[in-house]
Amino acid sequence: MKINTNTKRRYAQSKMLHIGVCVTAFLSALPLALILGKVFYEGIGLINWQFITQPTPTTFKAMMAINNGEPIPGGIANGIVGTLIMLLLASLIAIPLGVMCGTCLAENRHSRYSHVISYMTDLLQGTPSIIIGIVVYVWAVVPFHGYSALAGSIALCIMMLPLIVRSTEEALKMLPAGLKESSLALGGDYRRTVIKVLLPSASGSIVTGILLAMSRVIGETAPLMFTALGCSLIQWRADLPMSSLPMLIWQFYNDPVLQPLVWGTSLLLLFIVLMLNTTAKIINKRVSH
Amino acid sequence: MDTNIISIKNLNISYTSSVMSVKNVSADIRQNQITAIMGPSGCGKSTLLRALNRMHSLYKNITVTGQILLENQNILEMPDIAVRRKIGMVFQQPNPFPTMSIAENVMAGYTLSGIRTNRQRRAEIIETTLKSVGLWDEVKDVLTKRGTFLSGGQQQRLCIARALALKPKVLLMDEPTSALDPIATARIEELLLQLKNEVTIVIVTHNMGQARRIASRSMFMYLGELIEYDETERLFTSPSHQQTKAYLAGHFG
Repeated sequence: MKINTNTKRRYAQSKMLHIGVCVTAFLSALPLALILGKVFYEGIGLINWQFITQPTPTTFKAMMAINNGEPIPGGIANGIVGTLIMLLLASLIAIPLGVMCGTCLAENRHSRYSHVISYMTDLLQGTPSIIIGIVVYVWAVVPFHGYSALAGSIALCIMMLPLIVRSTEEALKMLPAGLKESSLALGGDYRRTVIKVLLPSASGSIVTGILLAMSRVIGETAPLMFTALGCSLIQWRADLPMSSLPMLIWQFYNDPVLQPLVWGTSLLLLFIVLMLNTTAKIINKRVSH
Repeated sequence: MDTNIISIKNLNISYTSSVMSVKNVSADIRQNQITAIMGPSGCGKSTLLRALNRMHSLYKNITVTGQILLENQNILEMPDIAVRRKIGMVFQQPNPFPTMSIAENVMAGYTLSGIRTNRQRRAEIIETTLKSVGLWDEVKDVLTKRGTFLSGGQQQRLCIARALALKPKVLLMDEPTSALDPIATARIEELLLQLKNEVTIVIVTHNMGQARRIASRSMFMYLGELIEYDETERLFTSPSHQQTKAYLAGHFG
């Protein structure tokens, strides 16, 4: 009889743990659902063609419109264009560098050199973005006497690098060892083995890593404040100041008249990030099958 | 018929300075025959096989001493890339290159060593090689599809084709059927018996029955030493060493 109650108690405890972890899992996912809900609820009314094709209105124009009972004119096209251009420039530098560095780490995994580089990329990943911003300001803004999208791209690129390095390294390490050996056993040279066998075989995971790195830095605000500064016009030139979506959110927040635009901008930014993440997930799923 | 294509002389291989994985092995491998290397796990049979196409040059801490002569040239002194074009290798796990089509897999040896071929020559190589491994009829309509959709046995035959496309003199096989079912295994064995007219085959196998079925000559290795090397029939029916006898009788493995 005693054994029986003991068994029952053990079952009950297991059941409680099961319920406990399930409830905690729900609580962890809840903030995301609430954030999505709030941003969608507040922002969806603002999204229209003008909002994504017009640059930011001046405070004065916006105030006039509000006084006349009209909706706030203008939009966030300057931020959209700026974000895309800076992300593109940052990726152009970060992808080749990061993939090559990741290849080096995966291919020479036991060397002291790789350990040092690997440790440094870890540290870089942990470096607060505002510090990267201030350093890039000293490197790329001060010498050229002006803020520029290029400086902003450099800051974003530095933030993307460790993520791409790590994902490339992990992707290459996941490949079966036989793949490399069988390429070399066919008389393949090392360069072609890397370019034609190893990197293509790992490409799905590498692309996933790149997309996640992009979605990670697309929301960066602090480093861009020191480098790209912001601009209320649609700017295509990389040597001039440029705006971005997260910078616009900050700018709108600080302007009582433009504050409602915060939600529309947030919704759009969140949408882009979710798209990048979903694409990454899909590619990853396809690769693992 | 009995010319030697490979002569191994006093070969020693060690992974660390203290432990020898292959100890003072000397053996001749006959041309156009199948030679099997048997022995319990860890006896050095794969290590010996991999030395034959310089796989060890990938790993810095492995030292190889002695000589391996391929038609009187010491392959340990040749560039490893050149050796591997003459001595191909098929691995335990069928591993067609996942991003390449079946046709590209067959041509991989050419692509990976930067040899250009025109379209007609390419088509010829693909067809004759796939025919020689008995895969042509099964895959001729799906040449542009990826090799990873094939069955395990077909994949392994594709890997054999990939190695044969370069017309190697010797084909090394490291337990090529241990990941396959008995029917696929039988097909591969049958294939190897046909192929030995074109290429010398050295096969590492855990499966004594397989050695007996296909190999003309067999080696028995134990703890890094080559204990006995003889005609397969003689090795199985009247082994001259106690250890060989015990292994074949299943006393250890």
